[in-house]
Amino acid sequence: MRLKLVPETTNLNFFKFQTITFGVSTLAVIASIVLFAVVGLNYGIDFRGGSVIMTETPMPVATQEYRDLLNELEVGDATVSEITDPAAELTGAAQNSALIRIEQQDGEAAIQNETVQMVVNALQERFDGLTILSTESVGAKVSGELVQAGILAVALAVAAVLFYIWLRFEWQFALGAVAALVHDVILTIGVFSLVGLQFNLAIIAAILTIVGYSLNDTVVVFDRVRENLRRYKQMTLKDLLNLSLNETLSRTVMTSLTTLIALIALYVLGGEVIRGFTFAMIWGVVVGTYSSVFVASPILLRLDVKRDWSKDGDGEGPAKGPRKGGSKFAHIDA
Amino acid sequence: MLGYPLWKKIGVVLVCLAAILFSAPNLFYAQVEASNDAIAAGQEGDWPSYLPSDLVNLGLDLRGGAHLLAEVQVADVYQDRMDGIWPEALRVLREQRDVVGTVRQVETETGELLLRIGDISGQSAAIAALRELAQPLTTVTGIGSTDIEVTSEGTDLIRIRLSEAEKSATDDRTVAQSVEIVRRRIDESGTREPTIQRQGSDRILIQVPGVGSAQEVLDLIGTTAKLGFHHVVSATTDENARAGAGNLLLPSVDEVGTYYIVERRAIVSGDQLVDAQSTFDQNNNAAVSFRFNAQGARIFGDHTADNIGNLFAIVLDNEVVSAPRIQSYIPGGSGIITGRFSTEETTNLSILLRAGALPAELVVLEQRTIGPELGADSIEAGRLATMVAFAAVLVFMALSYGLFGVFANVALILNVAMIFSILSILGATLTLPGIAGIVLTVGMAVDANVLIFERIREELKAGRGAARSIQLGYDKAFTAIIDANITTFIAAVILFAIGSGPVRGFAVTLGVGIITSVFAALLITRLLIVTWFDLRRPKTIEV
Repeated sequence: MRLKLVPETTNLNFFKFQTITFGVSTLAVIASIVLFAVVGLNYGIDFRGGSVIMTETPMPVATQEYRDLLNELEVGDATVSEITDPAAELTGAAQNSALIRIEQQDGEAAIQNETVQMVVNALQERFDGLTILSTESVGAKVSGELVQAGILAVALAVAAVLFYIWLRFEWQFALGAVAALVHDVILTIGVFSLVGLQFNLAIIAAILTIVGYSLNDTVVVFDRVRENLRRYKQMTLKDLLNLSLNETLSRTVMTSLTTLIALIALYVLGGEVIRGFTFAMIWGVVVGTYSSVFVASPILLRLDVKRDWSKDGDGEGPAKGPRKGGSKFAHIDA
Repeated sequence: MLGYPLWKKIGVVLVCLAAILFSAPNLFYAQVEASNDAIAAGQEGDWPSYLPSDLVNLGLDLRGGAHLLAEVQVADVYQDRMDGIWPEALRVLREQRDVVGTVRQVETETGELLLRIGDISGQSAAIAALRELAQPLTTVTGIGSTDIEVTSEGTDLIRIRLSEAEKSATDDRTVAQSVEIVRRRIDESGTREPTIQRQGSDRILIQVPGVGSAQEVLDLIGTTAKLGFHHVVSATTDENARAGAGNLLLPSVDEVGTYYIVERRAIVSGDQLVDAQSTFDQNNNAAVSFRFNAQGARIFGDHTADNIGNLFAIVLDNEVVSAPRIQSYIPGGSGIITGRFSTEETTNLSILLRAGALPAELVVLEQRTIGPELGADSIEAGRLATMVAFAAVLVFMALSYGLFGVFANVALILNVAMIFSILSILGATLTLPGIAGIVLTVGMAVDANVLIFERIREELKAGRGAARSIQLGYDKAFTAIIDANITTFIAAVILFAIGSGPVRGFAVTLGVGIITSVFAALLITRLLIVTWFDLRRPKTIEV
């Protein structure tokens, strides 16, 4: 007996609720931009400079005790947060862990090494058996450059992909794919603004992977659209897109699920250090799958595509006409 | 029936065997590492020498260690150059005393020399004479220009500074020299496999595995350890005293509140040292003994002979460690530096002096230290997560596609073996995000197989024969697989080009994973399916 997540033949009309899905996407994008503008991202030290000290103690220590110590030391702006790792017992990760973050003094190019050293010494004196798991400091000079590099990386990736798809398909496909991709990136930034998870270099890496993944999905659908365009020369674009989406639906679901299974295992068991990273990826896979169906394809439909893919000639894969359903709709609403 | 030429079969099988062979050492990581260390130390390793012994490098986030990015303050060196030019300039202008008149140094920005001449009418003659001192540059970018620029200012001033071309050539040398000295200092401390790399025009990336705090590394590399023996002009307790042009006001380490005004130009400097050792003085206080080379010994000897009764200052990093009076002529060029040192400090200081002084100060821009406990936790978590993810995907594939799913699973296992063997051979660094990259690859690697299997299902549904369906499934899925993977590969390449550290590690595993998973899906599963088909000759197949 096979596990079948998607029935053998599906004939869903993905454009039936087009206005709703497209509306939801547009709203989500706007909401994300507003969230980003109003709430903003919780930038990690990679992008804002500063220092982070990660500690572990044999017994639980209240964050207030850490705060009191930091106040005594007069280190300026500092925050303390507890790390709760639900899988700690399973993976043997640190149990009583805390993150201490010290803000960078304005515009200081070098790192605040003396401050960090002072805090580390004071911590070890105050709390018995305290272990410093890690310390990280980034000066303003480097953090400024990392912001630039991050933005450049995402922009470059989008541009490179736009070019590649334009090369392999047609410009309409490229626009559709990139719209889906920008949608995914903006929504990821939106969700990070919303939940206040730390936004650091690793998240940029996750976003770039989302860019790759989202495209992977879109390209598979588009590849089928291209093939069907050659095959069914008379079918309306809407029917043709629907047919292509239905034909690839089983694959879309399978791949998204296997990737999600792997990522969820990583999220739960992979430890605190990469939790933000895997969260971004999981979000990206979900949004990326959604967007290749509900963003990329509708845009392709709106833009219309060239129907004459004559380079393959009419000889191969003769146009047998529509398989089922046919062209009930005479025109394409573009 | 299904085309799969014999040479291709043999090739694929060979690649798979090689992948298993070259990834195997990673399963016995500790043993192979110990064996490799032993061999590096000239002993016999206990890992069989006929087996490959390349391992994946564990990144600092997994092994623990310190990562530092430091910027060399290249402009520091300009002043030293000017201090070197000053006596030369004085000599040249003295030869023309009757035209130029007296010459004095005027205080100006650091890195430049400003001279006032006594006779205004001699300004152009003085400039011409000073320009004789300029050396033509031989670097590629500096062809046609000279190392120093001499310009007039007002009626009686002359400014000497380094030319832009010479500055950039000097910067380059300064950074190269700094990298070399940092390397020597860290090597002398006996740390295992440190990475010291130049980054960009004026930065040094330092990665030292295994150290518990960045401070340990900073103590070793953060100090310039610039040692110099300077002539003392006077001593004072006024910290705002004017030192005068060509002199420096330096604090004393031992006597709090005492300041010395010393000549900026050292009599002898640390680069003339041939040896430095941690030792004890006659009162059993920790001290550092040193020895100059022949030239240094001669200069120092001559100076002591001429200055009996005067003070000289031993200056370390702009602080006067001690200022003894010259009692007699000191030949031989060796001595000891005493001060309030601990033995640890003298050991460190002697390492620093032996390795040489940094030509310029290092400013640390970024520091990341991962403790060994956290590294071990991360490896454990990564391993567990990978295994669970792997098992879940294997079960899911087998349930969904039956026998074909099992074929895909075999390919998936070989895929991971291929990733590890390639990473080992490349000597790539595996970071925690890198592990995430592998897990993601495990999830995405099945994509190509899913595409193919779904295609075969479609062809079967359309009523085609088993063999034909398999053939068409592979053919038709091909473009989708290639296009989809190239786009992800583009993202990986950009990540690699722009990212650093752990992010780069992620890009490498992702990129390698994409290549191997395409290979696994297009060639390995196909080989398995074709072989099975040829053996069984089933009339119908179920995918």
